[in-house]
Amino acid sequence: MPERLWRIPLDLNKVSRPKAEIHILKDQCKGCGFCIQYCPKKVLEESDEINARGVYPPRVVDEKNCILCGFCTAVCPDFAIFVKEKQCKDGC
Amino acid sequence: MTETVEQHPLSKYLRAAMMPHIWCAGCGNGIILNAFVHALDELQINLDKLVVVSGIGCIGRAAGYINVDSFHTTHGRPIAFATGVKLANSELEVVVISGDGDLFAIGGNHFIHAARRNIGIKVICANNFNYGMTGGQVGPTTPLDAFTTTTPYGNIEHPFNLVHLAAAAGATYVARWTTLHVRMLTMSIKKLLQRKGFSFIEVISPCPEIYGRHNKMRTGLEMMEWFKKASVISNFSDPAKAEITPERIVIGEFVDIQKPTYEELLHNKMAQIMKGEGE
Repeated sequence: MPERLWRIPLDLNKVSRPKAEIHILKDQCKGCGFCIQYCPKKVLEESDEINARGVYPPRVVDEKNCILCGFCTAVCPDFAIFVKEKQCKDGC
Repeated sequence: MTETVEQHPLSKYLRAAMMPHIWCAGCGNGIILNAFVHALDELQINLDKLVVVSGIGCIGRAAGYINVDSFHTTHGRPIAFATGVKLANSELEVVVISGDGDLFAIGGNHFIHAARRNIGIKVICANNFNYGMTGGQVGPTTPLDAFTTTTPYGNIEHPFNLVHLAAAAGATYVARWTTLHVRMLTMSIKKLLQRKGFSFIEVISPCPEIYGRHNKMRTGLEMMEWFKKASVISNFSDPAKAEITPERIVIGEFVDIQKPTYEELLHNKMAQIMKGEGE
């Protein structure tokens, strides 16, 4: 494609995609699997270690794919997962 | 990935001593509680002016989990208690969180008359299609032909259509969502908290351990998949046609109107009478 047709956002050097920080409170999880099933980017999967309640909590496959939609936070019945924006000063 | 013993950002709205809650894995009550505290957080509601009332049933424990002034009342009477709270101090925001068996079986009359009078209380009803806490007996919202512990050959009773009932009784805001539609549910709860008149949200909630196991949906995920497959969003459609069948669950907002509330009319009338006596 010719370079002049390539669209580059005007503020590309100023903005950056937010990075997510997924926190899983393992021992609060009851293993319902809602967060794993309904994550739009399939960031989570079932881990193979059991937690204090004897279920398999989720674990993060690839944190970079997370788009910070926060659906896992909203759909968790046990308040066991939440997502925060990663605070980084100089490009992490 | 960070694995620390950090606090959940919403944990300040919950009583730490009561957590973790007793609800089963896959139960939707936790999602309703989550959506409710999310709405409180987003609106920055003054927690000193909020009262949560609940009745008997699994979701009745929600009043004990939320860290505000709350009231766990007798079976079927949360609306009666809430009416008293609202009339004693109209400045308070009164929210009733209860189940379908509590609000529509034993408490059915309280509900329809509170809706008729347009008392400014907000009702969130978790509908799990049966009496979950007592072992899964047939209830007023159990769909036709569904299996429960007391209908082992299939239910022969026609269920209540809760949104139609609320709309017909005169509620000023009526909505129905499932626990899968958490964003819409949170938005709806925010709307509910900002309204004045009698408002009602029905939340279809999965009950895999008690209801689902008799109806070929043994996990919460299977019930959520049913909601995903069957639900149809149809805002401001006729609530009479909003049935719940295995093939189709009509969700959305159904009614959004304004009417003078009971406590407004009551205080106006009282002021009028007092003025008349002074002359």
